[in-house]
Parts: sequence; structure tokens; C-alpha cells
Amino acid sequence: MADKILKELTIKVWRQKNAKAQGKFESYKINNISTGTSFLEMLDILNEELVNGGTEPIAFDHDCREGICGMCSLFIDGRAHGPDDDITTCQLHMRKFEDGATITIEPWRAGAFPVIKDLIVDRTAFEKILQAGGYISVNTGGVPDGNAILISQDDAEEAMDAAACIGCGACVATCKNSSAMLFVSAKVSHLAKLPQGRVEAARRAKSMVAKMDEMGFGNCTNTGACEVECPKGISIANIARLNREFLVAKIKD
Amino acid sequence: MSSFLSSSIGKKLVMSLSGLFLVLFILVHLILNSFLMFDSTGELFNAGAHFMSLPVIRFGLQPVLAGGFIIHIIYAIILTIQNRKARPQKYASQNLGESSTWSSRNMFVLGGLVLVFIAMHLMHFFIPIQIEGNVHDDYQLVKNLFTNGSMGMVYTGLYIVGAILLGLHLAHGFWSAFQSVGLSNKLWRSRLEKVGYIYAIFVAAGFTIIPLYLHFFA
Ligand code: HEM
Ligand code: SF4
Ligand code: FES
Repeated sequence: MADKILKELTIKVWRQKNAKAQGKFESYKINNISTGTSFLEMLDILNEELVNGGTEPIAFDHDCREGICGMCSLFIDGRAHGPDDDITTCQLHMRKFEDGATITIEPWRAGAFPVIKDLIVDRTAFEKILQAGGYISVNTGGVPDGNAILISQDDAEEAMDAAACIGCGACVATCKNSSAMLFVSAKVSHLAKLPQGRVEAARRAKSMVAKMDEMGFGNCTNTGACEVECPKGISIANIARLNREFLVAKIKD
Repeated sequence: MSSFLSSSIGKKLVMSLSGLFLVLFILVHLILNSFLMFDSTGELFNAGAHFMSLPVIRFGLQPVLAGGFIIHIIYAIILTIQNRKARPQKYASQNLGESSTWSSRNMFVLGGLVLVFIAMHLMHFFIPIQIEGNVHDDYQLVKNLFTNGSMGMVYTGLYIVGAILLGLHLAHGFWSAFQSVGLSNKLWRSRLEKVGYIYAIFVAAGFTIIPLYLHFFA
């Protein structure tokens, strides 16, 4: 199918000089964008025009541009990663938009993810949660050692599904409570499901949840919006597991 | 223990256990109310109401019920305030309709409206029957509320609205409570959601049919 050309788009985007500055929306026009263009390429084109016109380009996070690093963020037209399910922003294409449309782009909004500049937010809070327990304390060896302890196919699959989390923060961005439960539950689950990670599971659940609360994320109310917007399809069944792990660990204390 | 109850998941545990307790209470309440439709002399319902006024129930169970409500409401307020604070700067445009149900996003509003309804409901029945204690025929009191002149129609309508609000709260609340205590997984989620919808519809329909029946047929 041949790509169409979007003759004119209005890009309404959040501009903020730095973490301390007061931000505001600016609107820019952009013309003749092919529907085959990726969303980030569209922003590159816009930025080139801005630079040529003497305006500072729009700052946004991105790295791999193939849906694996989790850097690209952007809240587009009211949805994390834009108008599609199960994708990152770098996997979004302009064919999802109509000619003449106004596209609103905002940074992730959460107290725990402060804006650094324009559309870039500081996701260090996720790193802090990982540092609190998202690891195995001892060296468990190489691949052959991993295979020495047999586990069921189901456990392996569930652990792999949870391990797919790329730490993008779309779950927090989309949640009406800015809750980080999907992220934390994915990190707790992929280790708790494997024998090497099981040993420290109780301590891990407690310290990661404590850090999550401390960083100022909200409380989960099970709306399920996170799993719809998560680019890796992490299921909220993991949140039930996290609740279980945490409650059992606390009761045993 | 204190760090447990102040943690996000600990607070959710309190929320869900108090919610499940209220879920059980609502079921008992509905069964007792259904007596209004099965005996037009009112004897059956009055016997039920009399049983609920026995000292064991009044001084044993009623404080527990009131406690359940108060805990549920206090934790609802704490959690909701924290959740609002977690996003100091709101989005200019946010489209959550694509990713979550309306009830799940409006639990506090729905709960608050249910509370307004409960306050009115206590004034109608609980205060005259159990506090003032000057009602001899409970059945007649209930029937009068729904049949007396033009206000009968208004109260019938208000009670139906209350039933629907409660149903919407439960449409999300029932499943959510199991998820919060960790009793869910991929398979059980769809089962629990279905049971939750059936329960919510049953409760809303039950509390809708009773005033309608009294208004039109009693
Ligand atoms: C008869 C009355 C009520 C029943 C049967 C009921 C039941 C429930 C249940 C089962 C839950 C799920 C618990 C969980 O998610 O862990 C819940 C949650 C909730 N309720 Fe109620 N509730 C009632 C009244 C109220 C009132 C009066 C309020 C408040 C002002 C309220 C506010 C909330 C809130 C904010 C939630 C949390 C939403 C969530 O986490 O999903 N409820 N309720
Ligand atoms: S759970 Fe999904 S949405 Fe949340 S950080 Fe991981 S990959 Fe992103
Ligand atoms: S840029 Fe790496 S996931 Fe989008």
C-alpha cells in the first residue's frame, strides 16, 4: 500500500527550558509528512525546520528506535506512546493520524518523574527501585548452570514474559494514580518465578515496594490501564503476584 | 506492623478486606429486604426486622458493621488524596477510555454518592426503627415511603439511583478486592470479573425491583 502524504499537521508540544522553569504549550505547523514516517522521524523533521528557523529544537528521549530500550516516552493525544496498544513511541507511525490533525505531545506526568527539559523526564526513581532489590546477590553462573536446575515450561514462560519489561514508565504515565505497580511487579515476578531469584523473593518484594512508596508513586486501584499501554504486554496478573509476595512476606515477619 | 499498614499494598489490603466485608453485608441486607415482596401482610419482613433489632445484633454486630464502613471510607480518603498528589501537574489531554472502565476510574465518586444515599436511607428507616424505636409495623413504614402520594414516586426513583450507583461501585470493586489481596492470576481474573459483574447486577437489580414492587403492587 502506497504511503499517503499528510499535507498539514499542527504539533502542540510542551516546551520547558529546564527542571525549574515554568513550561507551556507551543504550536508548530509541519507540512508534507508521509504516513510511512515514524513519529520520531516526524519530530526529527520538525526539529530540523526549527533549527533552520533559529528556534531551539524540541528535546525528547530516544535511543534504539526499535522498541527495545524503553527510552522513548511521550504522551501523545492523551495516551502513553500514542494512539495504539502494545507499542513504544518509536514504533508509532504517522499512518495513525489524519491530515489536518492537531497532535498534542506532553511529557510523562508524575511527581516521581520530574520534567528535565521539554519532553524529557527523569526516570531515576525506577533505577532506585531496582537498586533496592531488583537483582540476585550472588553470582549464579553461566548458561549451563542455569540449566542445571530444571523448571517447568509454564514458570519459564511467565518469568520471560515478566522479564520483557523495558522500564519505559508508560505504566506510571498512563495510570490515573501514577502507580509504578506494573513495573515493580514485573521486576519482582521475573526473579521470583526462577529458583535463583526465589531465595531472596520475600526481601526483594519488601524493599522494592518500600522504595516505590518512598519515591512518591501512587497506590494501585486496579484500573488495568497500565497493561493496555505497556509496550511489552506485561499482565497485571503480575501485580496480583506482587501483592501476594509482599503480604506473605510481611505476615511472616 | 505499622510499616505494613502504612505501605501502599498494606493500605490496599485494608481497603479490600473492608470492601469484601461490605459485599457480604449487602448480600444479607438484600435477602432480608426481599421478604418485603413475599408476604403482603408484612409479617415475614417484620419478623426479619425484629431479629435484626435483637440486642446481640444491635450491640454485637452493628458496631462491627459501622466500623467496617468507617475504615473503608477513611482508607478511601487517604488513598485518594495520595493518588491525586502523585501527579502534581495534570495532563492537558488524557484519554483513559481506551484503556480502563469508567467505574474503575471513579470509585471514590461512586463510593461518595453511595455514602450520600446511605445517609438518606438511615434517616428513613434506621433512625425511626432502631434509635427512636417508635415504629410498630416496620413493613408499613417501608411501604408508606414508596407509596405515599407524589413523594412515593420520588423516593422509588432515588432508591433505584442508589442501587445503580452501588452496582457500578461493585462492578469494579468485587474483582479489585481479590486482586488487591493477591488472589488472582490470568485464569482467575476473567472468572472473578464475571462473578463480580453477576454480583453487581444481582445487587443493583434486587435493590431496584423491591421499591418498584412496593410502589406499584403493594
Ligand atoms: C455498601 C457500600 C460499599 C461497598 C459494598 C463497597 C465495596 C468495595 C469493594 C469490594 C472495593 C474493592 C476493594 C479493593 O479494590 O481492594 C471497594 C473499593 C473502594 N471503595 Fe467501596 N464500598 C462501599 C462504599 C464505599 C464508600 C461509602 C466509599 C467512599 C467514600 C467507597 C470508596 C471506595 C474507594 C475509593 C475504593 C478504592 C477503589 C479501588 O481500589 O479499586 N466505598 N469498595
Ligand atoms: S511494565 Fe510495561 S509500561 Fe511499565 S515500565 Fe515495564 S515495559 Fe514499560
Ligand atoms: S527508542 Fe528504544 S524503545 Fe523507543
